[in-house]
Amino acid sequence: MITLTVNNKKINVDVDPDTPLLWVLREHLDLMGVKYGCGVAQCGACVVHLNGEAVRSCVTKISRAANQQVVTIEGLSEEGDHPVQKAWVELDVVQCGYCQAGQIMSAAVLLKENKNPTDADIDAAMAGNICRCGTYVRVRQAIKRAAEIQRNAK
Amino acid sequence: MKRFSKAFIIVVSLSVGIVLMSFVIDNEVSTNKNFAIKDSVTSVKAFHEVYKVLLSPRCMNCHPSGDIPLQGDDSHAHAMLPKRGVDGKGVYAMKCGNCHQSANTEGSGRPPGAPNWHLPPANMKMVFQGKSEHDLAKQIANPKTNGNKNLKQLIAHAEDGLVKWGWEPGEGRTLPPLTYDEFKKAWNTWLENGAYAPSGK
Repeated sequence: MITLTVNNKKINVDVDPDTPLLWVLREHLDLMGVKYGCGVAQCGACVVHLNGEAVRSCVTKISRAANQQVVTIEGLSEEGDHPVQKAWVELDVVQCGYCQAGQIMSAAVLLKENKNPTDADIDAAMAGNICRCGTYVRVRQAIKRAAEIQRNAK
Repeated sequence: MKRFSKAFIIVVSLSVGIVLMSFVIDNEVSTNKNFAIKDSVTSVKAFHEVYKVLLSPRCMNCHPSGDIPLQGDDSHAHAMLPKRGVDGKGVYAMKCGNCHQSANTEGSGRPPGAPNWHLPPANMKMVFQGKSEHDLAKQIANPKTNGNKNLKQLIAHAEDGLVKWGWEPGEGRTLPPLTYDEFKKAWNTWLENGAYAPSGK
């Protein structure tokens, strides 16, 4: 039995310690926001927060998450009102949407560590999140807007 | 005959002295003051072997000349172009540990892993890529450019988990040209005999 905290709830799961965190989230906890993309840490669709870091859950074994804090897109904010989520809606970033949970989770880490990111900062932070629809320009605009929302909220 | 032998000994001694001095004069002096034994010939010979390993992809890929790690046996720039960051552990959502676990992820093309996966920090990049034998030996022997390591710490560095990972790199990655034991022996021989740098000429 492995215990971890997911979106502020303590969870016990009876799985092999080598099971990817992604499959525990999706198949055992029914958290479908996190997506399976490539399965080899190349695309970023499976990004969730592990102790505040944007880990790729497809290659993160559940044993690494034992007794740790995991946050998924479902738990990023209580009302879907994280500055990044607000900006995403405002700028209508999403096209097909498959990669967007991973994009948002990565962007949230960027804005936590850098309140006023430049284009270069955004590129450096988001280089591991691939979007087949090519929403990159709107992603960049939305991160800048999210930074504004975050600053204005204080 | 006795006089000849004496003269012969003097000539040989002078010759050996000149050869040894030439290592010193040719910028081959160790910059690390912790080295008690001085045998430049043995030391330099060992470094020739050490150098082959240091420039193999398993070592050099994480000691790049730029701020992006290298990957693969052809040492191309790492996919996604992750940045070194201040501490060598990446930036923002692109930190090394976000993909690289404490052990290799099984399967070809999947992220390799070891505890504390990282590049050297930005304030001491410890570049291997493109370095000559002379420059790399001097860099590693000097605490000001080797991560503040003295002789004892340099010798211990061969036991570092990330260094040893080079010999267990996972599927699809070639091994360094020496076995780990051969490397460790050459590394220690180089260091314990004065950490001399091969000639820069």
